[in-house]
Amino acid sequence: MAIAEQKLTSVSPATASSGSFPWRTWLATVDHKKIGIIYIVSAFVFFLLGGIEAMLMRVQLGTPNNTFLSADVYNQLFTMHATTMIFLMVMPMNVGIGNYVVPLMIGARDMAFPRLNALSIWLFLGGGLLLYLSFLTGGAPNGGWFAYAPLTQVQYSPTAGMDYWILGLGLTGIASIAGALNFIVTVLNMRAPGMSINRMPLFVWMNLVVSFIIIFAFPTFTVGSIQLLFDRQFGAAFFNPAQGGDAVLWQHLFWFFGHPEVYILILPVMGMISEILPVFSRKPIFGYSFVAFSGVGIGFLGFIVWAHHMFGVGMGPMANAFFAAASMVIAIPTGVKIFNWIATMWAGDVRLTTAMLYAIGFISMFIIGGISGITLASPPIDLQQTDTYYVVAHLHYVLFGGSILGLFAGAFYWFPKMTGRLLNERIGKIQFWLMMISFNITFFPMHIVGTEGMPRRIYTYEAGMGWDMWNFIETIGTFLLAFSVLIFIYNVLSSLRNGEVASNDPWDAATLEWTIPSPPPSYNFLHIPVVNSRRPLWDAKYPHAAGDDHHGPSSAPSQVRYEYTDEETEGAKDIHMPSLTFSPMIFSGGLTVASLGFIYINKDILGLPTRVAALGFILIGIVMVSIAIRGWILDSRKDSPYLSQHH
Amino acid sequence: MSATSHAHDEAGQAPLVGSLGVDSRKLGLWAFIGSETLFFTALITTHLIFYARTKADLAAKGMLEHMDPKLYLGIDLTTILAAILLASSLTMVLALAATKSKEWPKFRFWLLATIVLGSAFVLGQVYEFTHLYHEGLKLAPQYVYEGETVKSLFGVTFFVMTGFHGLHVTLGVVWLIAVYFKVRRFAASPENPMDVELVGLYWHFVDLVWVAIFTLVYLI
Repeated sequence: MAIAEQKLTSVSPATASSGSFPWRTWLATVDHKKIGIIYIVSAFVFFLLGGIEAMLMRVQLGTPNNTFLSADVYNQLFTMHATTMIFLMVMPMNVGIGNYVVPLMIGARDMAFPRLNALSIWLFLGGGLLLYLSFLTGGAPNGGWFAYAPLTQVQYSPTAGMDYWILGLGLTGIASIAGALNFIVTVLNMRAPGMSINRMPLFVWMNLVVSFIIIFAFPTFTVGSIQLLFDRQFGAAFFNPAQGGDAVLWQHLFWFFGHPEVYILILPVMGMISEILPVFSRKPIFGYSFVAFSGVGIGFLGFIVWAHHMFGVGMGPMANAFFAAASMVIAIPTGVKIFNWIATMWAGDVRLTTAMLYAIGFISMFIIGGISGITLASPPIDLQQTDTYYVVAHLHYVLFGGSILGLFAGAFYWFPKMTGRLLNERIGKIQFWLMMISFNITFFPMHIVGTEGMPRRIYTYEAGMGWDMWNFIETIGTFLLAFSVLIFIYNVLSSLRNGEVASNDPWDAATLEWTIPSPPPSYNFLHIPVVNSRRPLWDAKYPHAAGDDHHGPSSAPSQVRYEYTDEETEGAKDIHMPSLTFSPMIFSGGLTVASLGFIYINKDILGLPTRVAALGFILIGIVMVSIAIRGWILDSRKDSPYLSQHH
Repeated sequence: MSATSHAHDEAGQAPLVGSLGVDSRKLGLWAFIGSETLFFTALITTHLIFYARTKADLAAKGMLEHMDPKLYLGIDLTTILAAILLASSLTMVLALAATKSKEWPKFRFWLLATIVLGSAFVLGQVYEFTHLYHEGLKLAPQYVYEGETVKSLFGVTFFVMTGFHGLHVTLGVVWLIAVYFKVRRFAASPENPMDVELVGLYWHFVDLVWVAIFTLVYLI
């Protein structure tokens, strides 16, 4: 439960965990910073897995009539590549950085519901592992990441792969909704005194918007996947036209979630960019309110454009016209943001750090992806390009050129806060240029082969279609891209050991997370800060330029004392933080085990024993969940601020 | 001291009440209810879409009069169930009122009444499901009415939609029982009113969903 702004006498986590093994403080943690790091590390591992899948596909497509992969394996790879990158990489990476940074930015000591936060990370990992388990148990999901009906019906997709997909994403979906509820309550209810809504950092704004998108978009996907599961397991035929079902209904249910989902992937990254650009331009963000409310506008509009993914279905001119117009309207708030970012850099004292380079890379690549997006919003052009590599090029320019370049900006920016050491800037800049160039080598030719008619999701193609050279170049680009990721891994590992030690505020930044040590103590803030403007730290460092209306720092910062004295740190042991608990992990483990059982509940592959084992798994899962709920209630009583007041 | 000025931690705020002046758990539950609204909207919409199709098919064949799948759904039992669930919302309100005035015997009575009414609804639904199953309405893309088979998703959409509502009621009953025992054991606890208020919020929501399903599926 909420613990910020409470100063209660109890044992601090530092003393509570002393003497126990270090792994326990991670596995049983409810600290938003540790949970954030678990999110970030696991999302990065999934990034590598998704990248390996992409490379295998590119090797297959590098030359015509290639036999490196079979069609079936190729189907599994493109399904898992997209599913991984969207649900197991970009989403959790956003959530991980948000988890770490948002409470710090609003001056809170943790998320509103620390145990629910722990539940989210373990459910996400359970779902991800369940998805990847499918590779070992007879075949991964193979119906594409939007799982169009009736291809996903059991007669066309007979392996258990799609069942793994439904239940694995079901678990990560619960994790996302729980996480979003947590962010909403944290941002709305845990802000430090003076941190009014219109003083919140834009990264916090975007996390709030995205959390609302998640809680309203995910339920239709949940319903669609439940219906698909009933089709596959119990012969319900929701999406089977042969039996009276409706394949297009799936598309509506999926894209009503699926389109907002792309804003779930990009908006937090736009928030990161809006933090990084002002710091390295030494100017406040240009048009704060416009940037914030454009994000809100994108969030709203995101819910009325889903059918632009379905122009190929033949919905009729009225529906097509509406969804085309609504989709193009989204270009307005997006454009507002882009112009505001450019105006922020304009006449600023720009420092080209690696984080700043990535932020600028984000803007330039995202513009390309945005423009190809506008072309696809036009039904006649879309009908020409749909299901071609042009779409693949577009989505990689917004998701890689957008989200992932932005995430690298965020990584270079917040790495010193999270680890206490700076990433190597020289290696970082080399990696940036290699990644920018190889990204364009890989994905730009896809525009060309796409307009020349090369369909996506084909495992091979004939020679002499005019696609050979471009495909070969794309494959070379992929290897360079992979190499740039390896450089990043090297940079992280070597910087963790020998990197320059980071001060509290290595970038001369403006927001609250830079007022506390790097990495921050478990309680974050010894005293909850009082905020008087959108840039509390700049106010302290540049008193002459303080306030919402001023144009930012113009002189050297005044001396600010960051370190706590021993006497002050001594006071920290009175700060009550919630206790370590394994209940969220047991709960998630139980749900994962039960989901695994549910996949085989109606499968007769091995006859009776499979079903008995499946029921056993479900039973074990229910027992684990029950144990976890009991433990959870006891924990919540132990840490209840209501009860502590009566000590 | 860090770089910025500080609030006094002992600002005298009530526990869990944050920047918005609302209890965090209550805020979270409201957001969750918002999310659940879309969950049920998708289920109910699916049902209505397929029912409209079935009706159009039957009408085209001139069979709507005696083959309408709605003829399965007896209105009598469902009306009683709806009344039971609505009554349970009233007892829930009375239980919360008793918590706030710390009248524990009254609280126990009204919360138990809510639990009994909620369980009665679930049992009634189990009875309805088994009854329909034996009549010929199953979780399958066709139903048999008076010996004649009709291709329709009515059974599928009906069972999935009302089944998930029933699941929500069941979880609500479990939550009510948990709160009952928690309050009985810690009658002096200052967090009781909020515990009861939260389960009450959820309970009224589940009740409201039934009002929507009853109106859209059974009445119209």
